[in-house]
Amino acid sequence: MRHIISVLLENESGALSRVAGLFSARGYNIESLTVAPTDDPTLARMTIVTSGSEEIVEQITKQLNKLIDVIKLLDLTSYPHIEREMAMIKVSVDEPGDREEVKRLADIFRGRIIDVTRKTYVIEITGEGSKLDAFLEALEPFPVQEVVRSGVMGIARGDVALQI
Amino acid sequence: MSETSASSTAITGAEIFVRSLQAEGVDLVFGYPGGAVLHIYDALYQQSEVSHVLVRHEQGAVHAAEGYAKSSDRPGVALVTSGPGATNAITGIADAYMDSVPLVVFTGQVPTSMIGNDAFQEVDTVGITRPCVKHNFLVKDVKDLATTIKKAFYIATTGRPGPVVVDIPKDVTADSCEFEYPESIHMRSYNPKVRGHTGQIRRAVELILSAKQPMIYTGGGVVLGRGSEALTEFTRKLGYPITNTLMGLGAYPASDDQFLGMLGMHGTYEANMAMHHADVLIAIGARFDDRVTGNIEKFCPHAKIVHVDVDPASISKNVKVDVPIVGEVEPVLRELIRALEENGGQPDADALKAWWDQIREWRGQDCLKYDRDSELIKPQYVVQKFWELTGGDAFVTSDVGQHQMWAAQFYGFDKPNRWINSGGLGTMGVGLPFAMGVQFAHPDATVGCITGEASIQMCMQELSTCYQYQLPLKILNLNNRYLGMVRQWQEFFYQGRYAMSYMDALPDFVKLAEAYGHVGMRIDKPADVEGALKEALAQKDRLVFLDFITDQSENVYPMIPAGAGQNEMILV
Ligand SMILES: Cc1cc2nc3c(=O)[nH]c(=O)nc-3n(C[C@H](O)[C@H](O)[C@H](O)COP(=O)(O)OP(=O)(O)OC[C@H]3O[C@@H](n4cnc5c(N)ncnc54)[C@H](O)[C@@H]3O)c2cc1C
Ligand SMILES: Cc1ncc(C[n+]2csc(CCOP(=O)(O)OP(=O)(O)O)c2C)c(N)n1
Ligand SMILES: [Mg+2]
Repeated sequence: MRHIISVLLENESGALSRVAGLFSARGYNIESLTVAPTDDPTLARMTIVTSGSEEIVEQITKQLNKLIDVIKLLDLTSYPHIEREMAMIKVSVDEPGDREEVKRLADIFRGRIIDVTRKTYVIEITGEGSKLDAFLEALEPFPVQEVVRSGVMGIARGDVALQI
Repeated sequence: MSETSASSTAITGAEIFVRSLQAEGVDLVFGYPGGAVLHIYDALYQQSEVSHVLVRHEQGAVHAAEGYAKSSDRPGVALVTSGPGATNAITGIADAYMDSVPLVVFTGQVPTSMIGNDAFQEVDTVGITRPCVKHNFLVKDVKDLATTIKKAFYIATTGRPGPVVVDIPKDVTADSCEFEYPESIHMRSYNPKVRGHTGQIRRAVELILSAKQPMIYTGGGVVLGRGSEALTEFTRKLGYPITNTLMGLGAYPASDDQFLGMLGMHGTYEANMAMHHADVLIAIGARFDDRVTGNIEKFCPHAKIVHVDVDPASISKNVKVDVPIVGEVEPVLRELIRALEENGGQPDADALKAWWDQIREWRGQDCLKYDRDSELIKPQYVVQKFWELTGGDAFVTSDVGQHQMWAAQFYGFDKPNRWINSGGLGTMGVGLPFAMGVQFAHPDATVGCITGEASIQMCMQELSTCYQYQLPLKILNLNNRYLGMVRQWQEFFYQGRYAMSYMDALPDFVKLAEAYGHVGMRIDKPADVEGALKEALAQKDRLVFLDFITDQSENVYPMIPAGAGQNEMILV
């Protein structure tokens, strides 16, 4: 099963490689990993998307907790939560009619065109991974040049909060 | 973050290093100098509180520090230079990681301005050691040095112990600042649990008292956590059978009738059979290693399991347990004893009697028997004699192989911290440097190193260290002219195709010992074993290297072959 694990860790050099190293050394899946400092600059928050049996995910959370730099974590999958991912997509639009059609698709998916040249658009789109996948699928007929995805971020709904 | 002791005027990083070790109460550092640590060596030279032992290879320094830590209640400390010094230390660090040995290893590093430039003797020590340390640090500023050292000792010695590496660039040891050693430390990201959860303790007690065929299975955690006394009280109170892992030997007195011997791949018939038939398993400070469980599918098929461990990640890792208790063995065992008293219930006496009758029958198998009338020296006999002649009270280290298993099976340890070996990594070469560390921690004790002719050659050079410091070790080389453990597997599972398991062109160990300034003896008749051991033990101030020419074809029994269940042992 897919799990989204949010981790608060010391914002120190090396902390990221400890997490990445843990996943590779123990052969855990890692679908995506995002990390950035929080409002408290001594803390970093990481969102890891992983998958595995219940036993494996239990081990993953225990092993993460065991890392000295990790302060706290939350398996968001156990709570009502929101997940979001952002993508920036560069697509060529120099065939006749493409500009209008791509713009229309972007609107349908609530994407925004954030860069325009004579030959290309860059579209910004945010949502759950499945929405991004669907949008990319819709763009299939067009020559997509580049796709940049942020990886998943998540947060629990309501009172549940990952904080120290 | 922390309280600090009185400050003083600015001193160099090298001096801060030394003063920090003094503040930690470190009396001994095992190490080897080099460019990146010269300032530190200079500072060590100018004081006398912290002694330094010069080894002959950095691997030896780390293993010696392990031996020191494993046999005492203090962490081991090693100091090596950057680059090759650090890489030579890796095997020791990995060994300490696998066996949870509290260690602080200091490595020199190139100056901060040169890090990342492929400078002379630069390696990414923090990167290389990351997967085999409990934690590591690169100190980039002299102002962080004292606090980092404090953290390193704190992390290494608390919770599940382990090695911590502190990488110190050379310029940091030259820079100065005021020295303040924190008296205590608090880390928001690290708070190991000590006491068990009360509700879980109560559930555990109910399960324990409901048992008809109970079994207590304990490991290295009891030795590491100094839980031996509490374990003995707990076990005697219940009257249940108990087994120890290879790492847990000595935590419960081997001479006690409730002790069934070691379990696992080369464990006793009775211990493994009792595990297989148990209905309640009480696991304490043990990690369900594959050498213990055999085939996981067939492991303890009837048992409900209580597991006490300070590391939550050890619990339900390999085997799903019913009552997990996260905490330190000593306080948790005390809590269990109290909860047993409060519960007031008693074990089912009739069931227990029937269970012991069954266990005695298994014991009757006499699974550790060997040919006592052989013309050749049986390795088991040597260990048994050594046990007899030392009153079972020596410190014993071993290397890795058949001799290690015979040492574990035939030297009955009645006390913890007496049996020093490499279980998790299974590192050949540890025996001699381990023994050095033990002798430094216990200068007047008898320290034996039970080794094999292959293992001993992996850190042979330390015989020179032993001479320099006049360590009166007794080295028992069970010389079977084979990589015996490898040969045994080839005999059993590769139809006797002995690929590369024969030790050709062995040195003359007697002459070798003598060349290093020690006493060498070669023994090739069973009748001479006892006399030789007595003579060696009588030489209180000399290292004696006893080269026992043993039966080449001897195998370690019982044996659970790979993939088999605990009840499927190969017996003699
Ligand atoms: C050639 C060879 C053959 C071997 N054959 C066998 C064999 O037949 N039988 C056998 O048993 N082993 C054997 N081993 C050793 C095996 O590989 C493992 O090292 C060993 O079984 C692990 O022992 P353990 O479970 O006691 O764990 P350890 O490695 O000693 O781990 C200790 C456990 O206790 C926990 N702990 C630590 N401190 C505390 C504390 N204060 N409070 C609570 N918990 C704590 C830790 O978190 C950990 O889970 C063999 C090794 C070799 C090299
Ligand atoms: C560093 C290292 N290399 C290889 C091995 C694999 N190995 C395990 S036991 C063994 C043979 C040990 O031979 P010896 O020291 O003579 O002991 P014996 O088994 O003969 O008693 C080998 C090669 C190991 N454990 N460690
Ligand atoms: Mg051998």
